[in-house]
Amino acid sequence: MITILRKQRYFIDYTLGTMMRHKGKSLGLLSVYTMIIFMLASVMLFSHAMRSEAVALLADSPEIIVQRIQAGRSVMVPAEYLQRIGKLRGVTEKRGRLWGYYYDPAVKANYTVMVSEQDNLSINDIVIGAGIARTRGLSVGDYLTLRSHEGKAFSFRVVRLLESESELISSDLLLISSVGYRRLFGIDESYYTDLVLSVRNPREIQKIAEKLTRLLPDSRPILRAEILRTYESLFSWRQGVMLILLLGSVLAFVIFAWDKASGLSAEERKEIGILKAVGWETGEVMRMKFWEGVIISLMAFLIGYLAAYLHVFYTSAGLFEPVLKGWSVLYPSFQLTPSVDGLQLATLFFFTVLPYTLATIVPVWRASITDPDLVMR
Amino acid sequence: MLNPAILVLLMVSIIISTMLLVAATFAFRILRHWDIQSGSELQLRLERRTYLVSTLLIWAFLFEFLSLLLFIYNAESLSGQFVGAMCATGVLNLNPWGWPTLFLKIAMFFVSAIWLVLNYLDNRGYDYPLIRFKYALLLLALPLVVAETIVQWLHFTEMEPNLITSCCGTLFSADAQGISAEVSGITPAKSIVTLAISAILVIAAGVWVALRGRSGWLLSIMGAAAFVIALLAIISSISLYIYEHPHHHCPFCILKQGHGYVGYFLYIPLFLATALSLSAGFVSPWRKIVSLSQTVAEMLPVISWLALFFFIQFYLTAAWSVWVSRLTMMEVWW
Repeated sequence: MITILRKQRYFIDYTLGTMMRHKGKSLGLLSVYTMIIFMLASVMLFSHAMRSEAVALLADSPEIIVQRIQAGRSVMVPAEYLQRIGKLRGVTEKRGRLWGYYYDPAVKANYTVMVSEQDNLSINDIVIGAGIARTRGLSVGDYLTLRSHEGKAFSFRVVRLLESESELISSDLLLISSVGYRRLFGIDESYYTDLVLSVRNPREIQKIAEKLTRLLPDSRPILRAEILRTYESLFSWRQGVMLILLLGSVLAFVIFAWDKASGLSAEERKEIGILKAVGWETGEVMRMKFWEGVIISLMAFLIGYLAAYLHVFYTSAGLFEPVLKGWSVLYPSFQLTPSVDGLQLATLFFFTVLPYTLATIVPVWRASITDPDLVMR
Repeated sequence: MLNPAILVLLMVSIIISTMLLVAATFAFRILRHWDIQSGSELQLRLERRTYLVSTLLIWAFLFEFLSLLLFIYNAESLSGQFVGAMCATGVLNLNPWGWPTLFLKIAMFFVSAIWLVLNYLDNRGYDYPLIRFKYALLLLALPLVVAETIVQWLHFTEMEPNLITSCCGTLFSADAQGISAEVSGITPAKSIVTLAISAILVIAAGVWVALRGRSGWLLSIMGAAAFVIALLAIISSISLYIYEHPHHHCPFCILKQGHGYVGYFLYIPLFLATALSLSAGFVSPWRKIVSLSQTVAEMLPVISWLALFFFIQFYLTAAWSVWVSRLTMMEVWW
């Protein structure tokens, strides 16, 4: 056992020596390989981080949201629906929510307007997200004027800014009192945007949703678990699409690796010839080449993955930013929570190392069966 | 389903089947034309090509190992996307192809391990004494791999996200129907005593084979029996101690983070140990071949000791998880 290990050590030692002698070639291959891994890993890390962000956000959201559907469109829910639901076993809390969007022509952007119960806001107070504060140049104490549904101007005083940790969702958020909300949009006391229900036991959610559709036939209950599942499959689907698009570059890399491995220079051929002349067997030459592949793969994987990690979590995926920035004026600036997933690592490994290994087997074999007298002549 | 891990699993299994198909055409030629005594050009070409094919196969089988792990891990993580699924059981239950895929992958794991050991042994003999046997075995493995690729493809493409699947609690419960229920119904005392007896037997067999350097089949039989008994014990009692719950029998939930991934520490040593002890039985008969007798004499003890090492690791992990568990069933089960 020890001798086998020692033998491998000598192989590695020799391989490293060879690679150092052909620096240009090794470095060229290594940098292309690293680039490929960097790109794939960035995409995977980014979308995984986005997904876990979404999951973390939804963790605090209510279990069931009830919307009212009229002629296939969601409309305001009458407040008496709360009474019609009555007392459902398992529901710990139920209330109506008020929220909506406000288009601000001054910055050509939509704000998400939401009524906040916790903040004890008076009719003229608002709390705004960092994105709004940045684009409108507002700070605490300033006034923001919004046009109501009748065209009258309403001035609201900014009492607080939302913390920047939650900027991914709160960037365009505007918290307002319920009276202010109703005045601004002209919605009277008897309506809510939707209803939310909290359910303690997750096993009862399905049943409660069933009862709700029976009690309120024109309503649509949306379950938190459903939203989570949708996000989950949406993000992994997106990742899959990205990977398929990037498959082209992986293929190009495979061809490149094949070419590099088969286009041995005269010097390398001579080297293999000499090795065989001094008594190396075909299997040993292949093992040496195997170690070369392992070293290159490991280095490329480590460097590429590390670079992708830094790229995604320290520069907020700076290279993707131009694409993302197109989304909206109130683009949130955020720092993703670093998270590495074992499944992703394994997936990435299979996507890159397996094709590389396969691409090099045949050329390596061709090189190692050459007869010494043929190349040294 | 465009999930990256699924894409990778499909890609890997298609690549492996292609590699094996290529190797199989070569295997036919070997079976028909191989003649080590001959110096013909064909023989020379075959000899050179064995290097390529055996390297291809080594990689194929190594990736097969990894894909088994990835498959289970992926099933585990997919469980969040299906209604009713709480662990890998639910995902495997989604359609009739889930369980066959898993079983084929496990079968391929053992076949690959045996093949790799035989390949190593064969390369040590100067006249390739096992080459025909090796490639005949490969031809037997080919249908397994192709079937696995097809079944896995069906499993992943026919996943219906809206279908309500059943979770492990209903499948592995003593009151339900079927094999899984029968296994869950075994009384813990019986299964743990059987596990202990099988542990003693397999360790005794391993030590005997290692010291005598012969009769590897003994270790193979004991190892296979210990493997089955160990799986039954995990389902019927060890998992209960890990979950600290007297009625939760699932063999997959122990792979979850919530239980410290202890399942991987149980399954990986168990599978390795079983693969090694199975291959011991395939190594020892070649003792009588002149060019291999030396290698067999060296290899058999190493394989046996390694198998024992992993078996003991499994038994210790199992004993440890029962020991630290806060579930006490002293009056009820014992």
